[in-house]
Amino acid sequence: MKKRNHAIRYTFSDRIFLAFNWIFLSSFLIIILYPLLYVISASFTAGTTVMSLSLIPERFSVAGYQAVFQEADIWTGYLNSLFYMAAGTAISLAVTILCAYPLSRPDFKGGGFIMILCMITMYFSGGMIPTFLVVRDLGLLDSRLAVLLPGAMSVYNMIVMRTYFRTQVPAEVLESSQLDGCGNIRYLFSILLPLSVPILAVIGLFYAVGHWNAYFDAMIYLRERSKYPLSLILREILILNESSLEDMDVGVLMEIEERRNIMKYAVIVVSSLPVMLLYPFVQKYFVKGIMIGAVKG
Amino acid sequence: MQTAVHSKKTVSKRGFLENVRRELRTNWGLYLLVAIPVAYLVIFKYVPMYGVQIAFRDYTPVRSITGSAWVGLKHFQRFFSNPNSWAIIRNTLSISLYSLLTFPLPIVLALLLNYMPSQRFKKTVQLVSYAPHFISTVVMVGMILQFLDTRSGLVNMLITALGGESVSFMSQPGYFYHIYVWSGIWQSIGYNSIIYIAALAGVSPELHEAAIVDGANILKRMWHIDLPCLLPTVSILLIMQCGSILSVGYEKIYLMQNNLNSSVSEIISTYVYKQGIAASTPQYSYATAIGLFVSIINVILLIIVNKVTGKLSGSSLW
Repeated sequence: MKKRNHAIRYTFSDRIFLAFNWIFLSSFLIIILYPLLYVISASFTAGTTVMSLSLIPERFSVAGYQAVFQEADIWTGYLNSLFYMAAGTAISLAVTILCAYPLSRPDFKGGGFIMILCMITMYFSGGMIPTFLVVRDLGLLDSRLAVLLPGAMSVYNMIVMRTYFRTQVPAEVLESSQLDGCGNIRYLFSILLPLSVPILAVIGLFYAVGHWNAYFDAMIYLRERSKYPLSLILREILILNESSLEDMDVGVLMEIEERRNIMKYAVIVVSSLPVMLLYPFVQKYFVKGIMIGAVKG
Repeated sequence: MQTAVHSKKTVSKRGFLENVRRELRTNWGLYLLVAIPVAYLVIFKYVPMYGVQIAFRDYTPVRSITGSAWVGLKHFQRFFSNPNSWAIIRNTLSISLYSLLTFPLPIVLALLLNYMPSQRFKKTVQLVSYAPHFISTVVMVGMILQFLDTRSGLVNMLITALGGESVSFMSQPGYFYHIYVWSGIWQSIGYNSIIYIAALAGVSPELHEAAIVDGANILKRMWHIDLPCLLPTVSILLIMQCGSILSVGYEKIYLMQNNLNSSVSEIISTYVYKQGIAASTPQYSYATAIGLFVSIINVILLIIVNKVTGKLSGSSLW
């Protein structure tokens, strides 16, 4: 691509196009970047009264972060979310592997039927209420498992992984290991999985980000605040403007209100930190995962 | 001859059972492994599908699913005879179609990036534009509310700095769809363009070289080479999007709802949640009926669109 562009001489109309392209993509970059940087800058500003459009805070302050550190709910939520992310990703990955591996074996009889079983759920579902009733009847309401289990496997991710097992791991590997007397289960753990680290990373990251950002299932199934993931606490702070404490005098409530206003931007930064720190490193894997998915079509 | 055929048949019949036994003996490990995901699918996907029958019953928690009385289409009739329902369906379709209309934007971005001579600048734009995708829905809506705040919001500060009057965006129903759709574009245009960028990288350079020799400029090459190459990807993604036209991003819309914009922001999924789970006396059957209606419409649309695009462009889901 690079070579081609250098090799050719641009015509007049192409130069106009490229000039437009530079202008357009630069403005696009600013539109995407400015709000992101603004959030970081605003999180270091002392209170909403001294806000400005500039990306450099007029009065630098860490009051927002101090307020975040004082809010116990945020830290319980943070720990809960880390747990849901870790456990959820482990469960999701395990179920996905256990489904993708047998289905990737051409010699697995009944694979076609199970594949259809999976595909149907991509296009038709019982819906929100029947799923809720199943979770309730299993006695999982207000349990941490209710956040982890109902959405454990994404059929789409499973198909991507199956495609990878089929196309990226040579069939000869299986044949020779079978000749050496390697069983099906041992083959999965000691040969196939070590050979498939890239796809495990991709799918694991898809799941991890999904679990970290999810809020709806937790909102439906959880009642007890001590089990809330961070996203539900954030919802109260950022969107509902609710206070968990009841029956307090106006003075205290106003104080809490002011503290919450100061910390809004700070809490956005703190809560996005795990994913955003990971992001530059895993960016190339995401691209790879999407491309494998696209190959399947 | 005939006896030979006959004996072959019996062998294959006996062979079938023998095959099953042998298959189980050699591949028992695979069946053991796959039992876990199958159990997951059955419990969390197929049991709810079985439970969908409460849409045609008067289900109450004290009775079991099969123990409650059949009422036929009562709940569907109730939904469609309620004038509010049509407003809800209209809202859902408006948001959905508005989002659908913006599908060319990631393609445009991918094409522009593809013709960016500076590789370093291209990489920078890509890196930055994927980032908003990883912001969670709750934080995204929180950012929208903060940015659109009448007093200290970024947007209103910009408007007042330019000499305008500050606008209360979230309390005026007229702005709701624009806020929803364009914040969604800001968040996902970069990420959605990845798949097109990958497809463009697969376009054979010889096609471009031949076109350049023939004197085609960039715009002509985009139109005659790149777009036809993107067509299969575009049609698959469009089919998928049409198949979920009645179940748009309810997680985000639910968070963006307030009392002042509810006339335009109530969509089917949020209504189902409010009727069936959040309400003090949940109406399970009624809410399930509405959800079932959505699923059926989605499946029908998916099949139709899949057929049509299969005829038009030769690419379809199955």
